Amino acid sequence: MIADLGFFALFIALLLALYACCSAVVGQVRGEPRWTASARAATLLCFPLLTISALSIIYSLATLDFQLQYVAQVTSRSMPMYLRVTALWGGQSGSLVFWAWLMAAFTSGVMLRNWRRDRDLLPWVILVCMFTLAFFLVLIVFFENPFLRMWQGVTGAVWTAMWQPAGAQAYLPMDGNGLNPLLRHPGMIIHPPVLYLGFVSFVVPFAFAIAALITGRSDDRWIRLTRRWSLVAWLFLSLGLILGSRWAYDVLGWGGYWGWDPVEIAAFMPWLTGTAFLHSVMIQEKRGLFKHWNMLLIILTYDLVIFGTFLTRSGVLSSVHSFAQSAIGPMFFAFIAITLGASLALLSWRWNTLKSEVEITSLLSREALFLLNNFLFISILVICFLGVIFPLASELLTGQQITVGPVYYESATGPLWAALLLIMGVAPLSAWRASTARTLGRAIWKPFIASLLVLVALLIGGMRNPGALLGFWLCAFVGFVTLYEFWRGAAARSARGENFALALWRLVARNRRRYGGYIIHLGVVLLAIGIIGIELFQQETQGSLAPGERLQLGGYQIEFVSLIEFQTDDGRLVDRAVVDVYRDGRYVTQLYPRQDFYFESGQPMTISGLHNTWEADVYVLLVGWEPLSGQKATFKVYLNPLVNWVWTGGFVFILGTLVASWPERETIELAAPSRLRGRRAAAGARR
Amino acid sequence: MSRSRNKFLFGGLIILAAVVYLIVSSTAAGAQFFFTVDELLADGPGAVGKPARVAGAVLGDTIVYDTETLTLSFTIVHTPGDTRLINDEGGLAAALDAAVADPTRNRLQVVYVGVKPDLLQHAAEAIVSGQIDESGVFHANELLLRCPTRYEEALPAQAQG
Repeated sequence: MIADLGFFALFIALLLALYACCSAVVGQVRGEPRWTASARAATLLCFPLLTISALSIIYSLATLDFQLQYVAQVTSRSMPMYLRVTALWGGQSGSLVFWAWLMAAFTSGVMLRNWRRDRDLLPWVILVCMFTLAFFLVLIVFFENPFLRMWQGVTGAVWTAMWQPAGAQAYLPMDGNGLNPLLRHPGMIIHPPVLYLGFVSFVVPFAFAIAALITGRSDDRWIRLTRRWSLVAWLFLSLGLILGSRWAYDVLGWGGYWGWDPVEIAAFMPWLTGTAFLHSVMIQEKRGLFKHWNMLLIILTYDLVIFGTFLTRSGVLSSVHSFAQSAIGPMFFAFIAITLGASLALLSWRWNTLKSEVEITSLLSREALFLLNNFLFISILVICFLGVIFPLASELLTGQQITVGPVYYESATGPLWAALLLIMGVAPLSAWRASTARTLGRAIWKPFIASLLVLVALLIGGMRNPGALLGFWLCAFVGFVTLYEFWRGAAARSARGENFALALWRLVARNRRRYGGYIIHLGVVLLAIGIIGIELFQQETQGSLAPGERLQLGGYQIEFVSLIEFQTDDGRLVDRAVVDVYRDGRYVTQLYPRQDFYFESGQPMTISGLHNTWEADVYVLLVGWEPLSGQKATFKVYLNPLVNWVWTGGFVFILGTLVASWPERETIELAAPSRLRGRRAAAGARR
Repeated sequence: MSRSRNKFLFGGLIILAAVVYLIVSSTAAGAQFFFTVDELLADGPGAVGKPARVAGAVLGDTIVYDTETLTLSFTIVHTPGDTRLINDEGGLAAALDAAVADPTRNRLQVVYVGVKPDLLQHAAEAIVSGQIDESGVFHANELLLRCPTRYEEALPAQAQG
């Protein structure tokens, strides 16, 4: 009965979403506010309805109602409760419901927050959001219904239907298939929902952009209104990518964190356009430039989000071959074609009203460097996109399918990342409108000298790899430039009598967006250091050891101590080795690499033993052993230099985004006089 | 005004050229021809030593893993390369099952040195990159696996009437 309730709630939400689209348009076209108010009410109702629907799936998963096909696919009796609940996004139809639920939640949030202020834009925001929601609900209700039950006829054939067909009986499996072992990880609780949060929140700025196009507003109102949405969307997307890398590092057992597989790239592409967007909207706010460009970027981001949802929804199927396998593939492509086409048509219709207010003149001005930044991000996007569609395109053109591997992505994007890193260091120091090499030079010569010292130190330390030297030098340079900015700002304040720490605190607190951005840049520098370390200096070895024997790797020795085998009550056979780690002969720590064998799926899962330091990770995999005696075991050992910097960089990155997106109210309270000024300015802007 | 515009146009073109060069040169370095087992074997001696990527269904009985040397050896069976053909067989899972059950299809022995992937099992799809040698053994330096049945299976096996 719970399933019926969930299905009805879904269906009514679909009707309401369609109704909201129509009544929002009618209200605007006829100029009748009551239609608009009715559209808003319908929009607000979708959220509780979808909450009911999502809760009834969760209830069915938690209580293991195996007659539901979805429940039988993604759960099993042996799964712990947290995995049963999170199986909501463990399969395709459940994750679509989760997507729709988030969409409804965000749209309601917009309606409740902005309704009084932006009456002219909001009906069109309703149209865009509800159209998107309706698309997902159509998919769920008609193609990927998570509430389908299984029935068995007299002939023994089993099929699925929502309600009992004549002459059929309920089909109740003893147990479900269960989630793939690779997905049974605490990462499952957080990685998919965070990524989805990022995906869905990008719909909001897109909706406002479209509303601005429809109403013909050429100002940057839509950008200011959605600035925080965009930042938060970007925050979640970044966090989702970082968590996904960490999960891959912990679970997939190949000593890496990013494999350039199509699913990863699908989540990465909206991040690229989103990052470009966040940078270039600043130029529109400050200088009234790049208006077409910003529209284009947010439209692209939206459609890449839809594309990414489509590619990532099944989680693990990761090849272009899987496109046509599901009935919803063509629907996704049709939806992307329609929304992209309609958005671009709107944009070209309003092209002339969106002329830039000024022109860029100086090649070294900040706006020119931002333009370059955008250009580089889009180039990386194009490289990624070409890589993903290469097999399809080559087959169409030549009849021979050609794929491109990680080598392609690394060598094509590597130089562009380096260029981006350099601009990231220089651009914040260049002035608006016009900058000369001399003014720029004056601002960066000190950090430049400091970074050369790092380069010399690395050379003395024996590093000869040119790529690594260049990379580390760039990281040092950009890191120093950014830190120098903090120092200069705080020093200027403390010259007026503030204590330095307080000055630094206030500097950041009063310019959150700017200094939050700098913190993000520092995070990127740390990430880059880690990536250079692991990409260029990863070492590996392997060997079969009897107890007491050692493997040598870098300065580390790995000693096999013992191996035990035991069964767990959640259906696994565990083989767990004990190894001691020595550094230059001195004992460091003990690790427990293991392999779990899942009886129900017949699949093993390798779990590494990990010793984590700032310098390098020792990553030990148990790959084989003598079954009964446990007298010999084979290990694969990776030494991953600096990989810890990747995670720390990610953490700093997220921290910076939080600073940049934190609501400004506290700042205003700190500085009472400027509050009035701010209000007046805001009032002026509204008029 | 127009001078500064030219300046930007010029700069933009240079960067564009650099990006295009990067894409073209990287494609040349990273491209791999994707073959089915039939296609690779049909090439005969012409395929020896050339970088290739082959997909096929894994025969579970043939998996041999020497943990002393981490040498993994198994046999893959031809599966259709065309999405339409796979759909005709009822989806990837059914296509893989059909492949491993059909003794008449072409087979290819694969050798790979490294960690045995967790997903390597009977009727999984293996995608291997590497090259074939004169004796017809494929030496893989990269091994990817997909087992669709594990993720989206129509019906769980255990049943109670």
